[in-house]
Amino acid sequence: MISSLEDRGKCEISLTVNGARKVVLAFPMERLLDVLRQQLGLTGAKEGCGEGECGSCSVLMDGTLVNSCLIPVLQAEGAAIVTIEGLAEGAQLQTLQEAFLECGGAQCGICTPGMILAAFHLLNKNPGPTLEEIKEGLSGNLCRCTGYLQIFEAVARAAQRETTTSS
Amino acid sequence: MNHERIVGTAVPRKEGREKVTGKARYVDDMLLPDMLYGATVRSQIPRGRIKKITFNPGIAWNEFVIVSAKDIPGKNCIALIGDDQPCLASEFVNHPEEPILLLAHPDRRALRKAVEAVSIEYDPLPAVFTIEESERCSEIVWGADNIFKTYIIDKGDIDGVWSRADYIVEGEYSTGAQEQLYIENNGMIAAFDAQRGITVWGSLQCPYYVHKALMALCSLPVEKVRVVQMETGGAFGGKEEYPSMIAGHAALLAIKSGRPVKIIYDRAEDMAATTKRHPSRTRHRTAVSRDGKILGGEIEFTIDGGAYATLSSVVLSRGAIHAGGPYYWPNVRIRAKAVATNAPPHGAFRGFGAPQSLFAMERHMDRIAQVVGLSPVEIRRRNFLAPGETTATEQIVREPIDLGKLLDRALSLSEYHSKKKRFSIENQAGTTKKGMGIAAFLHGAGFTGSGERYLSSVVGVEGCADGGVRVLVSSTEFGQGTKTVLCQIAAEALGLRYEDVTIAQPDTAEVPNSGPTVASRTVMVVGKLVESAARGIQQTLMLAGMLGDSYSADEFRAACRSHVAAHGELRSWAQYEPPPDVFWDDQAYRGEAYAAYSWAVYVAEIAVDLTTYSVSVNDFVALQEVGRVLHPVLAIGQIVGGVAQGIGFALYEKVIWQQGRMQNSQMTNYIMPTSSDLPPIRVFFEELGNVHGAFGAKGIGELPMDGPAPAILNAVQDALAIGFDSIPLLPEDIFEAITAHSPASDSDVASGVR
Repeated sequence: MISSLEDRGKCEISLTVNGARKVVLAFPMERLLDVLRQQLGLTGAKEGCGEGECGSCSVLMDGTLVNSCLIPVLQAEGAAIVTIEGLAEGAQLQTLQEAFLECGGAQCGICTPGMILAAFHLLNKNPGPTLEEIKEGLSGNLCRCTGYLQIFEAVARAAQRETTTSS
Repeated sequence: MNHERIVGTAVPRKEGREKVTGKARYVDDMLLPDMLYGATVRSQIPRGRIKKITFNPGIAWNEFVIVSAKDIPGKNCIALIGDDQPCLASEFVNHPEEPILLLAHPDRRALRKAVEAVSIEYDPLPAVFTIEESERCSEIVWGADNIFKTYIIDKGDIDGVWSRADYIVEGEYSTGAQEQLYIENNGMIAAFDAQRGITVWGSLQCPYYVHKALMALCSLPVEKVRVVQMETGGAFGGKEEYPSMIAGHAALLAIKSGRPVKIIYDRAEDMAATTKRHPSRTRHRTAVSRDGKILGGEIEFTIDGGAYATLSSVVLSRGAIHAGGPYYWPNVRIRAKAVATNAPPHGAFRGFGAPQSLFAMERHMDRIAQVVGLSPVEIRRRNFLAPGETTATEQIVREPIDLGKLLDRALSLSEYHSKKKRFSIENQAGTTKKGMGIAAFLHGAGFTGSGERYLSSVVGVEGCADGGVRVLVSSTEFGQGTKTVLCQIAAEALGLRYEDVTIAQPDTAEVPNSGPTVASRTVMVVGKLVESAARGIQQTLMLAGMLGDSYSADEFRAACRSHVAAHGELRSWAQYEPPPDVFWDDQAYRGEAYAAYSWAVYVAEIAVDLTTYSVSVNDFVALQEVGRVLHPVLAIGQIVGGVAQGIGFALYEKVIWQQGRMQNSQMTNYIMPTSSDLPPIRVFFEELGNVHGAFGAKGIGELPMDGPAPAILNAVQDALAIGFDSIPLLPEDIFEAITAHSPASDSDVASGVR
């Protein structure tokens, strides 16, 4: 049903997603979230509020944590995007994902992809965060199930494991 | 007692891997070929007659599928209890956001403008918006008297106690609406074909509720309605009844268009249009002896049900039964009432009426303590229910619970006495006032009274061709750990490894009706049935001579494989049977209200900052007896998550109403706790076991919602010497109270003394 008329106003945007180069045809003001989910089939990023409050749509853009519901796709031209799908290598779970599983950091799972990316971003900047720094680092991501404590525990455990293995 | 191998251990969450890798499939992640997107045109006014509907120019209306009440093949209602709620309003609207028309289009982006381009003219009718307005009956908006349901629980001789009382203590308490705020908004996909009927996939708690509603709405037989639960991103009761409405809407559009239709609410629509916790008002009048013993009392519990009856009668029932708290009332009369207003219907939310009435009870206990001149600790200790005594419904407490001991442990864990002493000195100077507060409470597991008997739940366990077993239940996973715990129970019962057991995704074409996933019933009631059905498989294999009295997991698998190869499908079913000693009188509202209760004492430490008037919770001890803990990590997760929602209920989450419409339907202005707002929540369990639950388990999911709000408000009173009886308690309320009157002029206490 998509006619060329309907495509008028769209432009080609190239970006790197989880290490692979992609070219998408999209309206410049289309949300990065929709392009990821609908065009690239990466449904790990979720829409919780559509206004940048809940963080469920968090992805990394050039290493920075962003709410993909607030990013017009044009702004992602040339950027490197990492989504939850890009985190685990093959069947091997990332240390953080493993820790979330063990500590009960994921309940209903809807905030989990964004939360794990926020934690990943935090640990990249600060490999040994204090509890206060973990709270601060995750404060842009809402979770209604866990009351956060098991998430903090997961992040601390992952940090500890990473430090142990790298030292 | 703890010789089990799998229950009691922290096995990995069954669907955990999919959740941490982003592969878990929620309804909005699913696409069907040729799918349309649906949207809802809703009432803009609280009450009135629909005069005229106009489709304004500027929209290519011929591209849209449009459904009105006229297109409904069956009965225009959401079948639940009373069937009074229409699926689409046809002539009258009774609340803002009431669905009137449905639109569908291939392009999701085309819908918003189209919804806005439908103009509806109304003849407005007068509306009511509060419990008090509804009670005045100046306008009748439902039935003959605006009352959905009343209950009276009457024990002993309440009229005879007042003359014997040394003190009569009165109080009125209220709680506001609360939004469930699951992070995944509601959504459904429906597909129809004449052969197979209607199939829906969605975010939901109760597949068979949706199934029943679709049969009535679409006028289809049992086998032509299929409901599949997708991964569900939080629910908390908020996806108990409303999903039937959305499924109905998607189904009507699918039937009319002949194409699959997806409806996904955005946050604003979800918050404004779907259910919230019932606002409540509770009045207590209590006769107390000089030594602080409750002689009797009258409790009047009233909830605002919104515009249609929906589940209000059941919420009311649970709230009424819990209204007396964990105390012994020799005489009590509880009058409970659910009234109609012109707001969207209020509905299920974790706790289901109990957080409202227990808030009142636990605030009232502190008031009684003050009047009698006892400490909050001592007044509770003197009135706790003990084994052998009876509850307000005259249920004999058979569980060996020692609430005094539970209280002592909570006080010691929270360093209650030493902190209270320290704060009373420190509070004399400075702008931060600290306080300690207690709440003691109970929560009944399973459906109320005869509810489980009516449900008559069925579960299945299947021996599979590969030798493993699969649990077949309609109980849904939405974060609590249903899948994990039910698999643990089956593995334990059969002597298998956790990995040997899988569980079917709830799909009414495949799983039996094991009842709704509500009322803290899954682990206790459904779990017990899973245990029993699992043993059926074991017996079959033993009777067939394929399995000896003792066996390894591999031997079981081999036997199961051979049985399936030789005889085909191997399934075992179990159906709920009420325990023989359970008696419940639906008319008198008397008897065994619940097969088991969970018990708790929570202690909150708070600080009020007198420069910002904000309250922060600095420490929180949650101690509970929940029977056997089957999975320690999941159990702690339930408690911490529930306490967090309870803190929101007490201090942050305020629905702003205007003419029955929620004004702050965004996450920017409806504030839930973030990672920075929560104290350490320290969770402790007592495990007494329970004969009615699988491996001694009781209900756990709702309990933690009941205690935080009263514990926090009691702590605020301790800090400021000003009592607040209404939640949410926001900084502006504290500001107003402090500037309005000094603690010395607080006449609450004096007025309570005879």
